[in-house]
Amino acid sequence: MLIKHAPDIRSSEITPERVYRNRRQFIQAASGAVAGAVTGGTVLGHYSGTAQAQEVLQDVRKSPLSTDDEPNSYEDITTYNNFYEFGTDKGDPARYAHEMTIDPWSVRVEGAMNKPAANVAIEDLLRPHTLEERIYRLRCVEAWSMVVPWVGFPLADVIKRFEPTSKAKYVRFETLHRPEEMRGQRGRSLQWPYVEGLRMDEAMHPLTILAVGVYGKTLLNQQGAPLRLVVPWKYGFKSIKSIVKMAFVEEQPLNSWNVSIPSEYGFYSNVNPDVSHPRWSQASERRIGSFFRIRTQPFNGYADQVAGLYDGMDLAEYY
Amino acid sequence: MTVRRIKPWVFVACLVPLGWLLWRGATGALTANPIEDITHRTGDWALRFLLLTLAITPLRRVLGWSSLASYRRMLGLFAFFYAALHLSTYLVLDFFFAFDLIFDDIVERRYVTAGFTGFVLMLPLALTSNTSMIRRLGGARWRRLHRLVYPAAVAGVVHYLWLVKIDITPPLVYAAVLTLLLGVRLWFRYAARPAASAGARATLPT
Repeated sequence: MLIKHAPDIRSSEITPERVYRNRRQFIQAASGAVAGAVTGGTVLGHYSGTAQAQEVLQDVRKSPLSTDDEPNSYEDITTYNNFYEFGTDKGDPARYAHEMTIDPWSVRVEGAMNKPAANVAIEDLLRPHTLEERIYRLRCVEAWSMVVPWVGFPLADVIKRFEPTSKAKYVRFETLHRPEEMRGQRGRSLQWPYVEGLRMDEAMHPLTILAVGVYGKTLLNQQGAPLRLVVPWKYGFKSIKSIVKMAFVEEQPLNSWNVSIPSEYGFYSNVNPDVSHPRWSQASERRIGSFFRIRTQPFNGYADQVAGLYDGMDLAEYY
Repeated sequence: MTVRRIKPWVFVACLVPLGWLLWRGATGALTANPIEDITHRTGDWALRFLLLTLAITPLRRVLGWSSLASYRRMLGLFAFFYAALHLSTYLVLDFFFAFDLIFDDIVERRYVTAGFTGFVLMLPLALTSNTSMIRRLGGARWRRLHRLVYPAAVAGVVHYLWLVKIDITPPLVYAAVLTLLLGVRLWFRYAARPAASAGARATLPT
């Protein structure tokens, strides 16, 4: 796991932030390049200029919740990304995400909970949890899909630690906002920071995980390192990346795409072949790496497990 | 240099985007979603050639290079060529003749409706582009028909504008160029010319 013991005196107390960030960046790049050279890693080799430090995750358990579908290649998963914080082209995150510093990283947890609000260092957040491999289908609202072997742990286990109160009806998430390292935040696109939310029962569902890795290694920045949400029955944009804040709230939180274009993106955003998006038919999808389109399944094929969450709801109205 | 000497080179230059696409395809550089990449690139070039075609007449007027006119048909046909590649990519590679899905897409997705309209408008222009068709239709009728290039270009730009998710800067650049090219024509027609000759030449497509 990612456990590292913080030194008694943090470098941030001695060195100006800007300087040590750059230095870490340099070290990350250098070590990544070395790691690539040592392992002969073709993947890191592709990005010798933008290499990122990665660790192999230990003691990862298999999960019965994984799909049998063939996972996409590591190259596909790490070069074809939507992460508008780094640009709107799908190649932009792989090109520019290395500019983001992810060490040190902490997550602010706050809101309607019994435990006091806190900035939790990522190491402390991860420490109690056992990592599992979850091979999930990922369906983008743009009508393409992948199969990704995530490594993570149930979000529910994290939520329980903070003891949310009865007022906690929703969980609100927020992505890092750091325009100087995230060039997409300097241009015209979404409003920043990126925010997302889940209803409490969705957040507590066993399929919902926080991911820290893919293919047994820590996430690359373009995948939402160091910590991201994965909700496999919803369109990909719900699975918020590079999380810095989690809040338990009473009212339905805003989510970025809904704020930008409410007629096209709802709060729930469950994969639904029968509810069309104005730009893309959702009836079918292209699985990256395959030639023929496949028909999209309700709830991305997870209907057996999750359809019950929405009993009695008109899914065309709550899209 | 004469048109006859230059024209073959322009022809070859117009094929460079296709060659680049094939080269990227052969070297596996068309991203993880090659069909999407091919669709975007052929669409970009269809629109660029359409705008280039529409730029010929204003440039000829402004620069006084009458020889430019002899490139207009070729550029227009290349616009159609890339538009046809773009549409075939969508029909064959993307949907592989799944006509139920395609029909729904054309009817329900307004950006697809706009793009398809643009292509349909270009089709008669490509079919009547050769000299014998010009002769058969007669100059006046042929010119009237070929004014369809204006709505075709508008449909193409609207198609692009409606398909982008959030950052509409790139399609706005195309829209600005198209507005300029159409605006120049209006200016030539109503402002830049004495009233007498304007009436006489108003039927010329530009």
